[in-house]
Amino acid sequence: MSWNRKHLLDIQSLTADEIVTVLDTARAFKAVGERAIKKVPALRGKTVVNLFVEPSTRTRISFELAAQRLTADVINFNSEASSLKKGETLKDTARNLEALNADIIVMRHSASGAPHFLARFLRASVVNAGDGAHEHPTQALLDAFTVREKKGRIAGLNVTILGDILYSRVARSNIWAYTKLGANVTLCGPATLVPKVFEQMGCRVTYNVEEAIAGADIINLLRIQHERQRKTMFPSIGEYASLFGLTQARLARAKPEALIMHPGPINRGVEIDSQIADSGRSMILDQVTNGLAVRMAVLFLINGGKGPQEVAA
Amino acid sequence: MPKATMILDAAAMQRALMRIAHEIAERNEDSAAVALVGIHRGGVFLARRLAGMLSGILSLTVPVGTMDIGMHRDDLDRQPAPTLQPTAIPFDVTGKTVILVDDVLFSGRTTRAALDAIMDLGRPKRIQLAVLIDRGHRELPIKADFVGKNVPTSLDEQIRVRFREEGGTDEVTLEKHGGA
Repeated sequence: MSWNRKHLLDIQSLTADEIVTVLDTARAFKAVGERAIKKVPALRGKTVVNLFVEPSTRTRISFELAAQRLTADVINFNSEASSLKKGETLKDTARNLEALNADIIVMRHSASGAPHFLARFLRASVVNAGDGAHEHPTQALLDAFTVREKKGRIAGLNVTILGDILYSRVARSNIWAYTKLGANVTLCGPATLVPKVFEQMGCRVTYNVEEAIAGADIINLLRIQHERQRKTMFPSIGEYASLFGLTQARLARAKPEALIMHPGPINRGVEIDSQIADSGRSMILDQVTNGLAVRMAVLFLINGGKGPQEVAA
Repeated sequence: MPKATMILDAAAMQRALMRIAHEIAERNEDSAAVALVGIHRGGVFLARRLAGMLSGILSLTVPVGTMDIGMHRDDLDRQPAPTLQPTAIPFDVTGKTVILVDDVLFSGRTTRAALDAIMDLGRPKRIQLAVLIDRGHRELPIKADFVGKNVPTSLDEQIRVRFREEGGTDEVTLEKHGGA
């Protein structure tokens, strides 16, 4: 057993052992989700606040259901209808939530490092649910859980991450998790979105999608983020689809047992062919189910006894 | 090295389990309703062995499940989160006589958690408790139905149960906590 952390802020600072602890714990919570009564009293009397200062539906719903299945009380705080719109600082908002005796704050923010900032002065535990282009740790944990569940292991597997790497917090967390667990990671996408600097994280970088797919055990697609896409990064969605989209023809060159993953929401016909998304090789819905189990595990683990904690002013 | 006193050796453990299996058979006329649930970790080994013995005595296959009570503990925010194993109960507990199996009965808090965990899975007809060792010091109003051996202990002593399934030999010893 190796979990003594109060917060889950990123994958970068976790050891492989800690990651495996989350995955092992999540196995037990996945079994809870398969029962008639999908609820356990592990967080009874605790309050979880979903502080989402950036729009999100699936991650928030997943955390909300995870907290409810642990019998915690849940408050959803979303940016559109909040005091942040009235000029309150993030620190004041968080202190107000803490004044309500929140035990765990799950935070999504457009600024990298925002959860780390909160964690420095809050007595509550902080879970990063995505910060800017920095990290999205629970996504990487649920992806690793899914890979281990389907393939029986992670070490030695060839994992290809295909798409917008540069602006993707999912990609960064995935790279940390997969490399710490011993997988060989290949990154591929338009050169503007996959800078060579990622080789410093221990990845192979290629701009040839056929080469990236050949030999892969896992093809982890990333969404083309229309809403944040800089116009200059690639000429058009159509061109991206034709150059980097996962088509039947391209998939035919992969290993027959290669599995497809995608954090969702998927853009059918852009990064993934519609038939592939619906095929038995697609793990997309397994990822959603496993996400719930992994988030229950994370909330359970960080709720574990906290000794005296240093809290900054 | 702490001073260890042998409580049960392998043969004595085997005899104690066989006696418990016979008592379970004697106490439960509706033998087809009997199902065993072992509490991680030690209880799982014991439940599997008891299920094998009972199946022989009753000439029917006694179902056996495993349970981790970590999610139902009453001290989760007082210590680091426990390691969890999946709870695997491959039968419907509703209407069954569920026999919870644990290695050591001490404060009774584990049993309390197991009772809650079982209730989340359905509505058993009745629940009974079988333990290899009852060492006393109950903190809750809980009593075992089947006991391998009663061992009076002091709070600074520790009962250690070893299982052949873990690679060694079966034995139960009593050790002084932090003894010289």
